[in-house]
Amino acid sequence: MDMNFLEFEQPIAELEAKIEELRMVGNDNEINILDEIERLQKKSKSLTESIFASLTPWQVSQLSRHPQRPYTLDYIARIFDDFEELHGDRAFADDHAIVGGIARIGGRTVVLIGHQKGRDTKEKIYRNFGMPRPEGYRKALRLMELAERFSLPVVTLIDTPGAYPGVGAEERGQSEAIAKNLQVMAGLKTPILCTVIGEGGSGGALAIGVGDRVMMLQYGTYSVISPEGCASILWKSADKAPLAAEAMAITSERLRELGLVDAIVPEPLGGAHRNPAVIAANLKKALLENLASLEKVPLDKLLEERYQRLMKYGRYLQS
Amino acid sequence: MSWFEKLMPSRIRTDGAVKKGVPEGLWTKCPKCEAILYRAEMERNQDVCPKCGHHNRIGARRRLDLFLDADSRVEIGSGLEPADPLKFRDSQKYRDRITQAQRATNEKDAMVVMAGKLKGLPTVVAAFEFSFMGGSMGSVVGERFVRGVNHALENNTPLVCFSASGGARMQESLFSLMQMAKTSAALGRMRQRGLPFISVMTDPTMGGVSASLAMLGDVNVAEPDALIGFAGPRVIEQTVREKLPEGFQRSEFLLDHGAIDMIIDRRQMRDRLSNLLAMMTQVAPPTAPEHPRSSQARS
Repeated sequence: MDMNFLEFEQPIAELEAKIEELRMVGNDNEINILDEIERLQKKSKSLTESIFASLTPWQVSQLSRHPQRPYTLDYIARIFDDFEELHGDRAFADDHAIVGGIARIGGRTVVLIGHQKGRDTKEKIYRNFGMPRPEGYRKALRLMELAERFSLPVVTLIDTPGAYPGVGAEERGQSEAIAKNLQVMAGLKTPILCTVIGEGGSGGALAIGVGDRVMMLQYGTYSVISPEGCASILWKSADKAPLAAEAMAITSERLRELGLVDAIVPEPLGGAHRNPAVIAANLKKALLENLASLEKVPLDKLLEERYQRLMKYGRYLQS
Repeated sequence: MSWFEKLMPSRIRTDGAVKKGVPEGLWTKCPKCEAILYRAEMERNQDVCPKCGHHNRIGARRRLDLFLDADSRVEIGSGLEPADPLKFRDSQKYRDRITQAQRATNEKDAMVVMAGKLKGLPTVVAAFEFSFMGGSMGSVVGERFVRGVNHALENNTPLVCFSASGGARMQESLFSLMQMAKTSAALGRMRQRGLPFISVMTDPTMGGVSASLAMLGDVNVAEPDALIGFAGPRVIEQTVREKLPEGFQRSEFLLDHGAIDMIIDRRQMRDRLSNLLAMMTQVAPPTAPEHPRSSQARS
């Protein structure tokens, strides 16, 4: 089984393997093998199209956590012209699960903050699987306040399973760190543009996710708890994660319908990891459009609209 | 009747039902020290065990009763009821869970908010109802809290919130998560206006509630030995694969680590907080009226 293909993509993986095999043979003889390859490639594409036309929320959840999916630093390399990373919370440590700094995009300067996951085992551990500790949120807060001082818009890229559940994290006030960010972001005197690029895992995601616009990449997910976590509490079994994914409405499409997300950034066929150049271009376009429109809003109005938008969250009945 | 009972002479046979002369609920057992206590005594003691000082969980209305002056209480947001925006269903429908919780608690949702007076000082007080779906924060809890904040802003009064919650309500999914942002943003307005917010964390205050409104007090208070934290102890234990330290995530632990300002015994809560708020808002120390005696004050 090819590591690049998820379980539900296995029919595609098999076709691709066949194509690869033919290519190996093809070098010695007959020309019609090329036709055969072309035929199979067409078939692979249409198969991918049909599989991706009706993904279940659980499949989307797997895509959002795909091991090859582009992470914050990949987007920084592809989208931003300059990036000076700034480190540390000035109190305890530099959290590698959140990266931040000053960056240039399309001629304007922004403060960029994003969760960062690791690719191989060593890097995964270094990045703590993208799960920040309080110092990560406090670094983010420090950078947001810096952005406010210099009137730079804040761009956040969200991709985390959640805030790290550890002893040290609790000792250093994980709850307070998250809560503080929510409050400060709600009133930060500069535009904030948030995008869920992968996994939007609960409070750990929201802690850099309060802003004037919230976008999601097409196959990103955003939820109050992971499907596995929800399933193990409500269904008493983590195996029921596909049901929990369905019930919780975690996909960009559902969240857009529910008015919790403002815009969806389309992904290339097969997901962001199949064509990082395309997704980076799509994201760049969306960021630039939104930065341009947010810049035009007077600050008072921007803050009032941000506040009212937060106050509107929630569905209830009134008698 | 069993064969053994049949063998017994009728004069020593007794009817089990008649023998139980003690009315239901006259006695209660402290879950901590297991002392058998007279229930009325426990209630007089604000549900704090007179033997060991264990703070038992109490409901939202009782909390407000114990805390606020008996007169001039107005409930805020009582007309709000939970919706089911996702038609959520796990092993049970969310709708049914709501109905059951409403029947069991006689509340519409997991928070009660009242404007009233604290020893004469106008104050808005919010209290979580833990027995309503674990005090979980969904849209109604968030909206009631915000209406409480708005009432405080309009009337220039302080706000006090008693938290008791497992966190966000999963059945409302991202709507619940957003209540964290909503309540925190609203508290930001209190801060801008220089109106005090005192957060009192009671057992338990976890997850999305801890990581939003509960930790944002100008003064953070906890009741003794309350479980307070972001991630649940079981989740942490599974992640780090080691035994958690003694007293981990308890009030005393949080005080030691600088997360809260003080621990206050429930029986002193009214005196201490009224005095604290009077100092913060620079008014004369409160004197009257005397402590309302729990349930009598309601009727």
